[in-house]
Amino acid sequence: MSRYFSFGRLWVLLVKEVIQMRRDRITFAMMLGMPLLQLILFGFAINTDPKALPAALVAPTQDRFTRAMVSALEMTGYYRFILPDATAEGAEELIARGDVAFVVTVPSDFGRRIERGDNAQILIEADATDPSVASGAISTLQTVASSALTRETGATGSSLPVEIVVHRRYNPEGITQYNIVPGLLGVILQMTMVMMTSMALTRENERGTMENLLAMPATPLEIMLGKILPYLGVGGVQVAVVLASAKVIFNVPFVGPLVVVLAGVFVFVLALVILGYLISTVARTQMQAMQLTFFFFLPSMLLSGFMFPYRGMPAWAQVLGEIFPLTHFLRLSRSVMLKGAGFSTVSGSFLALIVFALALALLALRRFRKTLD
Amino acid sequence: MTAPAIEVSNLTKQFGGKAVVNNVTLSVRKGEIMGFLGPNGSGKTTTIRLMCGLLEPDSGEGRVLGHDIRTERGAIKRKVGYMTQKFSFYEDLTIKENLDFVAGLYGLPKRREAVRETLEDLGLTSRKDQLAGSLSGGWKQRLALAACVMHKPDLLMLDEPTAGVDPKARREFWDEIHALAHGGLTVLVSTHYMDEAERCHRISYISYGHLIATGTVAEVVHNAGLTTMIITGPNTGEAEKRLRGADGVDQIAPFGATLHVVGRDGDRLRAAATRVAGETGNVVNPAETSLEDVFIQLMSAATDNMQ
Ligand SMILES: Nc1ncnc2c1ncn2[C@@H]1O[C@H](COP(=O)(O)OP(=O)(O)OP(=O)(O)O)[C@@H](O)[C@H]1O
Ligand SMILES: [Mg+2]
Repeated sequence: MSRYFSFGRLWVLLVKEVIQMRRDRITFAMMLGMPLLQLILFGFAINTDPKALPAALVAPTQDRFTRAMVSALEMTGYYRFILPDATAEGAEELIARGDVAFVVTVPSDFGRRIERGDNAQILIEADATDPSVASGAISTLQTVASSALTRETGATGSSLPVEIVVHRRYNPEGITQYNIVPGLLGVILQMTMVMMTSMALTRENERGTMENLLAMPATPLEIMLGKILPYLGVGGVQVAVVLASAKVIFNVPFVGPLVVVLAGVFVFVLALVILGYLISTVARTQMQAMQLTFFFFLPSMLLSGFMFPYRGMPAWAQVLGEIFPLTHFLRLSRSVMLKGAGFSTVSGSFLALIVFALALALLALRRFRKTLD
Repeated sequence: MTAPAIEVSNLTKQFGGKAVVNNVTLSVRKGEIMGFLGPNGSGKTTTIRLMCGLLEPDSGEGRVLGHDIRTERGAIKRKVGYMTQKFSFYEDLTIKENLDFVAGLYGLPKRREAVRETLEDLGLTSRKDQLAGSLSGGWKQRLALAACVMHKPDLLMLDEPTAGVDPKARREFWDEIHALAHGGLTVLVSTHYMDEAERCHRISYISYGHLIATGTVAEVVHNAGLTTMIITGPNTGEAEKRLRGADGVDQIAPFGATLHVVGRDGDRLRAAATRVAGETGNVVNPAETSLEDVFIQLMSAATDNMQ
């Protein structure tokens, strides 16, 4: 066998790692069950298309056109008018307090204008502090309004002079409806990959088995690969689980080429696993490894654009966000999965991920303790 | 005369500014069983780690089986079997999986056979699928020893291999070590047990990182230059009280109904012991100095040095 690298020894290390992984039932179940559980929890709990949102109606004249509009809005399922006769000031306060998500204002001359064939307006103010709340409710508006009024006036013409004015308030930027699942893929991978890998190696240090391993003829590269490869495999399974359930359970549109996403996932997971390995060369105990993982996990979740729109953050936070692989992965996966971007469009994010993986690998190899010092 | 199996000189290793191993020079001949003794925290484990390439010395050099301990770690690792103080095989792997892992890492040519033979020698064939973590302490030690001789090393370094092992198993363990040494293997074994030290060809005694005595048991005892008297009689309790701090008395230890009194200056010790024995109605007799007496003397001397 070669001095510096031997596939035989690597294989022995891999087999051992997989046996240990399989024997640790709880962790093993977690590695496969957690992505699914998180996906379902997050996916359903973070509902991007909520229905029956509380609304207030400001309509000084309740004529038949107004009533037709209101019942049409209720029919969409998005609006639930908890206050059908609000005043302008009252409604303002309700929306500011967050008691209602919408204020629908039908001006007093609405009916008259329709009858005369003039331009008529309805104002819908949406509380867009959580931008995703309003998007579904608003997207259906124009068609709803047109068909309701068509029925009411008996007109056959296609161009009814109703204009619906939408004000998204408090946060002008809306995020895409299916944002969450591609994002979740990144977050789940990050959580499990970094944590599992970092714990797997610190466990050897903590239990003292590292001393034995180092006293036997295994080289640093073999030990590192022996730790990294099994978790790459686990990552692959997780990706399959998340992508399949994204398709089946949430029917997430998948516009772009799958290979590009998979290639991106591969580089991302590689970077994460190496990061986990790097953490394990710093941490002395599994507890420390866990803490370091979270120390990395939380800011990257907050600043990557998973929780809050990236463009909505101040410039310094955006710069900070760039140092997390998750940020680049999110850009890549969202662009490809949702917007149908091809390889050339996301090459920047790709490059960033590759740089991460390489830099981390270099650091990890340097940090590896050949001795127990 | 062949080259020694271990030859290190002036090895020093510091942790946090404190020299844990201080200028240690040690030589172990081929085929020899060298006992390595010293109080807790004296640097035995650290010295062994330095010699098998697990730690880098701050200064000093050495060769193990002809290989430099700084630059030829890989070669040393392939030829040395190291049994750690703490059980360090995988508790969540079965006995067989552990042996198989070790055999694989050393690249043994007939791996399956080697594992099967080792299991048979150990008498663990029927329990081979039991998790190593579920073995009793004594069995873990046996498994560890078996695992680290599987690749037929030329040198064995055993760090307190019999801690917590019952007397019968310990004796078997030592019979095994002697059998291995007969086959030409060199053994360096650390221990706290005096009876084990007496089964070694030579011993080295380390204290606060300094190697302060080396040689056969007889040599070490002789070089210590101690005199021992035994006091027997009806009133050893009173004798002990009077001898404490008496001129020429360095150690007093009751052994059942007898009292061992040890001192560096034979004449003064004899005078003191005879006087007190006479006063308290006891009998005094000269005795052989034991290795334990020597070690206790060395330990207190070293503490004095430190202060
Ligand atoms: N990695 C380390 N970092 C810092 N200090 C250490 C390290 N390893 C050992 N020491 C210190 O070095 C000293 C000697 O330790 P060592 O384990 O070599 O003693 P020992 O003779 O084997 O003791 P024992 O009989 O209890 O096993 C101790 O004071 C210990 O605390
Ligand atoms: Mg020790």
